[in-house]
Amino acid sequence: MESDCKKYLTLSGLEPLVITPESNFVNVGERTNVTGSRKFLRLIKEEKYEEALSVARDQVDGGAQIIDVNMDEGMLDGVHAMTTFLNLIASEPDISRVPIMIDSSKWDIIEAGLQVVQGKCVVNSISLKEGEQEFIRQAKLILRYGAAVIVMAFDETGQADTYQRRIEICKRSYDILVEVVKFPPQDIIFDPNIFPVATGMDEHRKNALDFFQATKWIRTNLPYANVSGGVSNVSFSFRGNTIVREAINSAFLYHAIKNGMNIGIVNPTMLEIYDEIPKELLTCVEDVLFDRKDDATERLLDLAETLKGQKNDVEVAVLEWRNRSLQERITHGLVKGIDAFIEEDVEEARLLAQKPIEVIEGNLMIGMNVVGDLFGSGKMFLPQVVKSARVMKRAVAYLQPFIEAEKDGKVEYAGKILMATVKGDVHDIGKNIVSVVLGCNNYEIVDLGVMVPPEKIIETAIKEQVDIIGLSGLITPSLDEMVYVSKEMEKTELSIPLMIGGATTSKAHAAVKIAPHYSNTVIHVNDASRAVTVVGDLLKKDNQQHLSDLRASYDQFRAQFLSRTKQKEYISIEEARSKKYKINWDQTSIVKPKTLGIQVIQDFDITKLEAFIDWSPFFRSWDLHGKYPNILEDAIVGSQATELFKDAQELLQRIFSEKLLAAKAIFGLFPANTVNDDDIEIYDANGNTQQTFLTLRQQLKKRAEVPNIALSDFIAPKSTGQTDYMGCFCVSTGFGTKALAEAFEADNDDYNSIMIKALADRLAEAFAEYLHKEVRVNHWGYAADEALSNNDLIKEIYKGIRPAPGYPACPDHLEKQTIWKLLEVKEQIGVELTESLAMWPAASVSGYYFGNAEAKYFGLGKIKEDQLIDYSKRRAISIEAAKKWLNPNLAN
Amino acid sequence: MSNIYNELQKRILILDGAMGTMLQDYDFSEDDYRGARFKDYPTPLKGNNDLLSLTQPEAIAEIHRKYFEAGADIVETNTFSGTTIAMADYDMENLVYELNYESAKIAKRIADEFTSSQPHKPRFVAGSIGPTNKTASLSPDVNRPEYRAITFDELRLAYKLQVEALMDGGVDLLLVETIFDTLNAKAALFAIEQVKEERNSTIPIMVSGTITDASGRTLSGQTVEAFLASVSHIQLLSVGFNCALGAEQLKPYLQRLSNVTNFHTSAHPNAGLPNAFGEYDETPEEMTGFIDAYFKDNLINIIGGCCGTNPAHIKAISGLAENYEPRQLKAN
Repeated sequence: MESDCKKYLTLSGLEPLVITPESNFVNVGERTNVTGSRKFLRLIKEEKYEEALSVARDQVDGGAQIIDVNMDEGMLDGVHAMTTFLNLIASEPDISRVPIMIDSSKWDIIEAGLQVVQGKCVVNSISLKEGEQEFIRQAKLILRYGAAVIVMAFDETGQADTYQRRIEICKRSYDILVEVVKFPPQDIIFDPNIFPVATGMDEHRKNALDFFQATKWIRTNLPYANVSGGVSNVSFSFRGNTIVREAINSAFLYHAIKNGMNIGIVNPTMLEIYDEIPKELLTCVEDVLFDRKDDATERLLDLAETLKGQKNDVEVAVLEWRNRSLQERITHGLVKGIDAFIEEDVEEARLLAQKPIEVIEGNLMIGMNVVGDLFGSGKMFLPQVVKSARVMKRAVAYLQPFIEAEKDGKVEYAGKILMATVKGDVHDIGKNIVSVVLGCNNYEIVDLGVMVPPEKIIETAIKEQVDIIGLSGLITPSLDEMVYVSKEMEKTELSIPLMIGGATTSKAHAAVKIAPHYSNTVIHVNDASRAVTVVGDLLKKDNQQHLSDLRASYDQFRAQFLSRTKQKEYISIEEARSKKYKINWDQTSIVKPKTLGIQVIQDFDITKLEAFIDWSPFFRSWDLHGKYPNILEDAIVGSQATELFKDAQELLQRIFSEKLLAAKAIFGLFPANTVNDDDIEIYDANGNTQQTFLTLRQQLKKRAEVPNIALSDFIAPKSTGQTDYMGCFCVSTGFGTKALAEAFEADNDDYNSIMIKALADRLAEAFAEYLHKEVRVNHWGYAADEALSNNDLIKEIYKGIRPAPGYPACPDHLEKQTIWKLLEVKEQIGVELTESLAMWPAASVSGYYFGNAEAKYFGLGKIKEDQLIDYSKRRAISIEAAKKWLNPNLAN
Repeated sequence: MSNIYNELQKRILILDGAMGTMLQDYDFSEDDYRGARFKDYPTPLKGNNDLLSLTQPEAIAEIHRKYFEAGADIVETNTFSGTTIAMADYDMENLVYELNYESAKIAKRIADEFTSSQPHKPRFVAGSIGPTNKTASLSPDVNRPEYRAITFDELRLAYKLQVEALMDGGVDLLLVETIFDTLNAKAALFAIEQVKEERNSTIPIMVSGTITDASGRTLSGQTVEAFLASVSHIQLLSVGFNCALGAEQLKPYLQRLSNVTNFHTSAHPNAGLPNAFGEYDETPEEMTGFIDAYFKDNLINIIGGCCGTNPAHIKAISGLAENYEPRQLKAN
């Protein structure tokens, strides 16, 4: 462990923070600092500690991984303020979960702080300024209090301002700390001084370059030491020019991190995305940072002037549409999804109207009709509509207090739709898109959220007098849950149409499994863009003919479907087993995993997943069909796809830089053998069976030479006497999604609420792909020399498979419980299973690893009753229970 | 003295079981607690178990002897409440040095007897340093969250006195245990480091935290890994958990601890969870069943028992441990 854990800077609040070479840059929250925040100073001076705590809480909620607390102000009793504030933080678990940075230039304040914090904190800072003796005394005490330390590049003669002075002072400090004080080197954090660039003074020309080089030198020559700094100082001379300032900060941070700075104080609102800095500006900025040209500063100053002007020009152009008529402006805002001016426009309209409600029914609906027409004619696409909805929602939210004040005003909706993801299921991206699209079209939506029990659906439908019930779900058990809901609706004699949607639903399922149980209309909606038409037709007056046509078409579809399925032939399970996929176990290569057992990844650097993202399904979730990256060039949806992609990238970069989502994973590799044809026994190190995976075998009658496969065929049978291996895993990138989505929703921003979920899903898939690769190449190591491009990964052309329970090769969701028991998934990484065995958080992937070169994906297809009975015995559950779980795969 | 580090290389070491549970069998009266010396002491003394080292030293010696006979390698001194802070309940702050010193002497005498008759199995004495009855990072008053009933410096001074007395009495190790507030433990470690520096001593330190319930956290709210980070600035002989949970419930936390620490690991769980009468009734067989899993999974270097355990438990655990290798520290 010396080699891994102990040599990493490990801090703690209520929870640990381990800073490894793989960690992202660790951002320190700086607002709880009386020297940097006037507001915080005022709160502390006035002893408004409750409010001061909320400043700390905002920092942690905003993604700060450490919070810096500073009480250095002449008028304050620093010891008292530090002690009181840190004691208060200790009683707020949502703040004290992160480590504290005790920031003071006065030793007595630092020591007061060290005496009240139970976690491992950081002292900010000490230096050789007062000489070696004092430096050693303080460092010894800090070590004894159990804290890490920031060391300023400062000595008896002053602050280091050249490369040479920086490395000399840091080296001297390091040697004293490590050799005299015996300070753990990983607990040392150097601050080699970030000074402003482009000040016009020659001696400042190398300020950034010297910092980079000193940082690199420290990280290379002072083993395990860390480097930190306060970034915004570098752009100090461009105060007032935000564009240039953000570009400098961001380019500086980019290069500082590249050179090894791993901790620091950065104000996220003062950063441009590095890749989005205009090329010409970036070149000029980097010329300054690296001191590449004699006139670099002058050129940046010149460019800065034109940029100031440019920004104004752009603003003028943008504002041109603001001169049009009120209705045009409102429509423009809605169509373009611009919410910056909507409140002032709506206010103007409200003052002109007789009643505030008229603004919604008049101005806003005129605009939304334009949106609806454009969408209907294929000139607008789903993501744009959702953006329009965001503007609409904000406008309505603005008007709401006025409407309520009037009392008699009541919005006339075209209809009321109940939307719910059924019990046991947590997936709601599609449902939310449909809700938003319908909302845009003047339907009132009653959204009951996810995991909604049938009683609540029916009770709400009656109480709210809704016109349609929409049910959604993704995982296969939800299909049965929908059948159950339809039966309950029949029992309570509801007479409203039932709309079914979700990835695993189909017209066949709606027609065959649901429609027979419910005497009113049942209709399947396969994409959001059709929802408006479908709902419009369902709620049209005098639509009896339409409804009975619909019913007839479903009846006919059912009849056809049933007659077609009857023609398939199946073989008995015994026969199927005799036709198993045969691997020659004498010749095939079995590789023993390099590391057996379970490994947990608690705090994964999510940015590593970017390259592993398969974007095509992302576009599909927004109803944009086509393969990435070609879709960006597509003649019809290309520009919309490009815009969506840009928004996705923006949010993705925010997810990365602000660490909005946490990724965790667990996986295990175990000795395993197949027994009784279809079962896979998993052994512990002593050969005892820990768990048994139950696989299901294809029973469709095939040609003689075509095998009837089960996953167990890919593991050596116990009778061969050879030990084989398999693995299983669960990854999740969904931690944080719910809170974020709710925050967006609270801000009337459905667009980003849906976006964050869609991205989390993509990241989870990417994580599964990434981890599979790590397992193949490193942990199992059977493909140590594998070199595949990202595209190859998406096409899954590597060796070995990772099938997931609930999907075609192994549709049995109950297997997830076995994985959960074997790995202790819930206890270790907190991913839970719902009663329908959906994973929560939703952005999670679990499955098995099979490493044999011949292992391949397949679809189980339908199975017969003999296998069902056999399975129920193996699983030790009743046939009824087995039927419930395998229902979608049972042949009639 | 044999080096405990060498013994840890060779085998899983056995810590003793509960002191309090054993004392219950003696059913000492108020008069027994007082003995002749404290006959007229102004406060009630029944329940002050640490005092028995002065008034019933043979009973304490006998309990140590029984645990050594059961196979224990390490016994803990009878000093769990031996600080001025905890002794304030009995107005016995002035006796703290003597209590610790005598308790250490008793345990050391018995340990030496066993070591000299069985030199192949040297026995050790760990000075038990309890959590005190006050918390440095939690307020006892919900309306004043910034208030603390004790400060770091008060704790540090109290612990320093206890540590000096234990070391003067000849303990081989120091065991900071049943830590439910990590800040208290940090004050104890601070005091220990001071004494070690003053005396130029290298006495090994064991640290044992308490996971209070299924939340998997200490009473003061830290996770296993956060707790470990807070105490790892000192070179420890071992880090582990004791009390509050039975061996079965403790296992996942030991697993997590073992995954991330390069110190030796220890555990002394309770004999299960308390039953409806507040008694611990897990049998030696049941308890060893769970501890067997610790051994199989290579989680442990030092194992013993806390509340409700007796020499029968320790004997069963010690017998089982002989079949297993100790947990290996990862190479440096």
